[in-house]
Amino acid sequence: MPDLMPALPEIFLLTMACIILLADLFISDKNRVFTYLLSLATLAVTAALTVTLHTPEPVYTFDGLFVSDSMGDVLKVFVYLVTAVAFIYSRDYLLTRKIFQGEYFVLGLFAVLGMMVLISAHNMLTIYLGLELLSLALYAMVAFQRDSSDATEAAMKYFVLGALASGMLLYGMSLIYGITGTLDISAVHTAVAGLENSKQLVLGLGLVLVIVGMAFKLGAVPFHMWVPDVYHGAPTAVTLFISTAPKLAAFAMVMRLLVEGLGDLHDQWQDILIIMAVLSMAVGNVIAIAQANIKRMLAYSTISHVGFLLLGILAGTQAGYSASMFYAIVYALMGMGGFGMIILLSRAGFEADQLSDFKGLNERSPWFAFIMMILMFSMAGVPPTLGFYAKFSVLQAVVGSGLTWLAVVAVVFSIIGAFYYLRIIKLMYFDKAEDMQPLETTTDMKVVLSANGLGILLLGLAPGGLLALCTAAIG
Amino acid sequence: MGVESITFYILSSILVGSAVLVVSLRNPVFCALALVLAFFTSAGIWILLEAEFLALTLILVYVGAVMVLFLFVVMMLDINLAVLREGFTRYLPFGLGVAIVLVAQLALIVGGPEQFGLEAMPKPEPHAADYSNTKEIGRVLYTVYLYPFELAAVILVVAIIAAITLTLRRRRKKQVMSVDDQVKVRRNDRVRLVKMASGNKDK
Amino acid sequence: MIEAIESALSFLPAGLVTLIIIVGKILVLVLPLMGAVAYLTLAERKVIGYMQVRIGPNRVGPRGLLQPIADAVKLMFKETIFPAKANRFLFISAPILTLAPALAAWAVVPFDDELVISDIDASLLYILAMTSLGVYGVIIAGWASNSKYAFLGALRSAAQIVSYEIAMGFALVGVLVAAGSLNLGAIVEAQRGGLGIINWYMIPLLPLFVVYFIAGVAETNRAPFDVAEGESEIVAGFHVEYSSMTFSIFFLAEYANMILIALLTAIMFLGGWLSPLNGVLPASLLEGEGFLALILGDGIHWLLAKTAFFLFLFLWFRATFPRYRYDQIMRLGWKIFIPITIVWLLVAAAMVVGKVGPWFN
Repeated sequence: MPDLMPALPEIFLLTMACIILLADLFISDKNRVFTYLLSLATLAVTAALTVTLHTPEPVYTFDGLFVSDSMGDVLKVFVYLVTAVAFIYSRDYLLTRKIFQGEYFVLGLFAVLGMMVLISAHNMLTIYLGLELLSLALYAMVAFQRDSSDATEAAMKYFVLGALASGMLLYGMSLIYGITGTLDISAVHTAVAGLENSKQLVLGLGLVLVIVGMAFKLGAVPFHMWVPDVYHGAPTAVTLFISTAPKLAAFAMVMRLLVEGLGDLHDQWQDILIIMAVLSMAVGNVIAIAQANIKRMLAYSTISHVGFLLLGILAGTQAGYSASMFYAIVYALMGMGGFGMIILLSRAGFEADQLSDFKGLNERSPWFAFIMMILMFSMAGVPPTLGFYAKFSVLQAVVGSGLTWLAVVAVVFSIIGAFYYLRIIKLMYFDKAEDMQPLETTTDMKVVLSANGLGILLLGLAPGGLLALCTAAIG
Repeated sequence: MGVESITFYILSSILVGSAVLVVSLRNPVFCALALVLAFFTSAGIWILLEAEFLALTLILVYVGAVMVLFLFVVMMLDINLAVLREGFTRYLPFGLGVAIVLVAQLALIVGGPEQFGLEAMPKPEPHAADYSNTKEIGRVLYTVYLYPFELAAVILVVAIIAAITLTLRRRRKKQVMSVDDQVKVRRNDRVRLVKMASGNKDK
Repeated sequence: MIEAIESALSFLPAGLVTLIIIVGKILVLVLPLMGAVAYLTLAERKVIGYMQVRIGPNRVGPRGLLQPIADAVKLMFKETIFPAKANRFLFISAPILTLAPALAAWAVVPFDDELVISDIDASLLYILAMTSLGVYGVIIAGWASNSKYAFLGALRSAAQIVSYEIAMGFALVGVLVAAGSLNLGAIVEAQRGGLGIINWYMIPLLPLFVVYFIAGVAETNRAPFDVAEGESEIVAGFHVEYSSMTFSIFFLAEYANMILIALLTAIMFLGGWLSPLNGVLPASLLEGEGFLALILGDGIHWLLAKTAFFLFLFLWFRATFPRYRYDQIMRLGWKIFIPITIVWLLVAAAMVVGKVGPWFN
């Protein structure tokens, strides 16, 4: 009998997801809000469980297929937080579009379960299964608005490319398995260290395919094609979710596979990641400038952020990993706020996804224009926002590992990228509003969105805590 | 060369041949049928490997269920073959180029039989006569691999939820008969026997 | 007996002898099976005839006993018609693809504790796998005929067979949970006990027994689940374009499958070749070499009698029930049978774990 305690949050979440699924059947459309509240409560309890069950030393269970460690627990708590906020932001959006159904929340919870499995995976089998669980739930969520042809197209592209990426990942994993004879991450690490030279080439092929699969899931150039279309086509509430929380899980996947499993091949994967990081920052930042649709713009901005995320990992030091983790968390918080603003501006029959829809926001609502300004400054990396420290710590780690030229390149692309973030601020403050409709939304969304924006500012003023948390989690 | 290796070479050549047919045949129905053949022969190879449980499950699940539904869909599609073939010659050089590069890379990296040959993978010890593959799989599936096994079940549940969410359309005005009511109906609900006085001839 | 044949053929190379014996075994099984199929058709017409207060065929031979032979000869001499624009290759493969798995499944069917062509470990799975292949013949026939009626029949049949296979599979999982083996011979032996009929799995697994048999009727496309043929709507369904030998092969496969299902039901739920008199009569009467022991004790005749009973049920159903409507078939399969089997699977597992007597102690 395996020790079930370390996996209690997962078990609880799964049970609750099934209960909510069944309960939702008996809840009428009028009372659908119970499903929503129950989902939020589930996330809260799961978070409490994760925190109380936390131990400083990693705990393995299910014959080493599952691990619960500090990095995992910190990431999981942020996944719950981001998901809960995503649920709060989506409520009004879903209601006005008449897709406020229980399945949205159930699929969201299953996606969270997938992320938890992925974060806690200590075996290539569980990595793959967690990834599939997460992706499957996300495909369905993207297609959730059935009468929207954009959403259907986005789901189709996401599904086909996602399946291709899974195939690549599996192919790579099977090559690694064939060479090392094991799927367990620690055992792979040991086997790689003692591998004879003649087998290094096959291992290299496996490594390349695994990286390709992960790059697809992360949305790093040149495997980024799906990102703009999916972010654009999906309902904004779903875009908000898929652009934030899964990135935390993807970071964990990269850490488990590349660092914990294939850490000895650092020299080999560093080069690949450098190319992908530079390309991601270049393509993301340059193409984002040309976008008129803000969802697409944020999609390209995500690609550039992923480039930054990779920078920290490729540094290959403890400082680099924790900086990268810090970056992933900060990005999730910023992305949430950015898409939250689009939801705030949208209403029934109006998506507010054009840049011009932000014109003159200051006249309509000075407070939310201010929040948006913080978010944009943070994404651009302007001090004293949180985004600045995220970029700063990553660059510090990159310089620390002797790749100064790479840091210079990253700074140059960040400056290019600042252009389109600042353009939004210009639109909000210096242009005339075309549409003077008041912003109408629920109070909880207003409160949470304000907290989201202010949090980024305040945490930016005192980033030490979060940074220390990430350093402790990695070390 | 024993019976075993002859069987292996026959099965694997059919397998490779049918796999090639899957991608090269023009009519999608034939492609699907070639895939069925490929599954079937790979099941044969698995039986040679003493994995009879997996082999029979492969036939049962993939051939008996998945491919039937696949055929079902493919047959209902009215695919215009001319349109499908239109881009073929245009993209052929590019596709061939990519394929050649891929094969060359694979050959370069994998480097032929010294990596994957018979020497690199020694033949495993044959099992005793009373060895039951089925029992062994069951044992590890519910102990060591319990966690991934349960995860796979969760993935299937999510697939069901997703499929139903995306396809179930509740019509406003249902014109479907209630089967329960139909079954519960009693004679007295439908037929009423009325006693009438018989006509009087005298009148 | 096999040893005797082996020694008689000892002048031939050993591999050839093995081959001859295997072929011989197959012939010994298939020829009587074909005979049984032929006379099952006669039985069907007679039984349904009497149920409808008719006499049935009575012209060819004494009491119509030669009727199947006349039918066979007639079918053989008819012309095989290929519909215009039909896909010839698939059109001809379809009946073969129906018959081959229907016969291949018989390879592992035991008739008593020794009489079996191939006694493999996972024979139950093998049978499930083989019977699941039969649907290809139907689908391909429907598609290759280039006829809309045939195609409609094929689609109906594909959906129906795939749906009922699940319930059927679950019912069999219940049996293997109870018996703890995938081997059909072992399943029969697991039903042996001192109480005769009471020991058979039809008692503890009654819901699975009923579901299995009904699903079996549906799997073979027999009335009242014969929507794939649906004479009144789609003339004859998937084989509307077939004539002569190609048609008769479909016919053979359908009846061979019927016999197989009846036999499997007898093996898995009715104790196969076990005598119902076990435990009722003193053991001294049932064992030994005497004539009485041969009749009353375990033996192939009990299996055949049980099979005949289920075959009679097939015919009885056809004479009695009106055809199900298509949505009703789907509802029955998905919403009733599958839940029943899943629930009873848990019950069966609980009974095995709890060692509920007299079956599992």
